[in-house]
Amino acid sequence: MTIEELKSLKSDKTVDARSMACPGPLLAAKKAIGEVEEGQIMEILSSDEGTKNDIPKWCKKQEFEYLGSIDEDGIYRLFLKK
Amino acid sequence: MANELELQVQQLENQLKKLQGKQPKDQLSIIVFSGDLDKVLAAMIIATGGRAMDMEVKMFFTFWGTSMLRDKNKSPKGKDFMSKMFGFMLPKGSSKLKLSKLNMCGMGTAMLKDLMKKKHVASLEEMIATAAELGVEICICEMSMNLMGFKREEMIDYPNLSYVGVGTYLSDADESKIQLFI
Repeated sequence: MTIEELKSLKSDKTVDARSMACPGPLLAAKKAIGEVEEGQIMEILSSDEGTKNDIPKWCKKQEFEYLGSIDEDGIYRLFLKK
Repeated sequence: MANELELQVQQLENQLKKLQGKQPKDQLSIIVFSGDLDKVLAAMIIATGGRAMDMEVKMFFTFWGTSMLRDKNKSPKGKDFMSKMFGFMLPKGSSKLKLSKLNMCGMGTAMLKDLMKKKHVASLEEMIATAAELGVEICICEMSMNLMGFKREEMIDYPNLSYVGVGTYLSDADESKIQLFI
C-alpha cells in the first residue's frame, strides 16, 4: 500500500507501544490482536525501530496481512489486517 | 493385483503416520545454563517473544541458571553446612544476578539496570512475570538443585514450574523446531 492509502485507512484497533523497548511492542500487539476480528485492521504505534522489521515477520507467521508502515518523526505506524 | 496395491497403500499410510509423529512441533526449547544477568535477560526476551509468535516455549534451568529462580524472601530450614555455604555464595534470586562483563564490583550492573529503566527495557523481574502470564513453561534441573543445595521451598512461585531431569529436556528438544543453549 502507498503512504496515502495507509494514511486514509481507518483502524479498528490501535495499540500504543510508544516508548516500549523490544519485546514490548510485539507482546502488546499479541495481546491486542485477540480483540480484533478477522478482516479488521489493527494499527501499532512504536518508537522502536526494530518493530518495523519484527511486525511484518510476526504477521507472516500468524498469517495476518501486513499492510505497511508510516514513519512520523521517529514514531512508526504499522498496519495489518487480521 | 488389487490386494497388492491395497497392501502398498496401507504400508505407505503407516509410514506417513510415523513420519508425521516425528515432525517437530512449533516449539522452542531453551537451556538456561548461565546465571549472568545479561545472558538470562536475552533468554527471557527470546522466551516471551516466542509466546508472542504463538510457539510453545520451554525453558530448562540448570547449573548457574537455577539461581535466578530463587526467591529472595524465602529462607528454607534444615540445610547442611555445604548447602548453606553454597546458598550464601550464589546469588539469591533474579535481582542479585551480575553482568558477565563490565560488572566492576556491581557498578556496571547498577548502571545497566539504570539504563534499562531509562530506555524502557523491562526489568528481569517484569519479564519473569510476563513469561508467567504468557504461559512460558519453566523446568528446573533436579540434579543442579541437589548439587547447589537448593530446596524447592526457596524457589519462586511460578504457575508453570516443574523439576525434571535430562530425559525431559531431550524429549522436549526432540520435538522442538528451535533449541538454544544460553
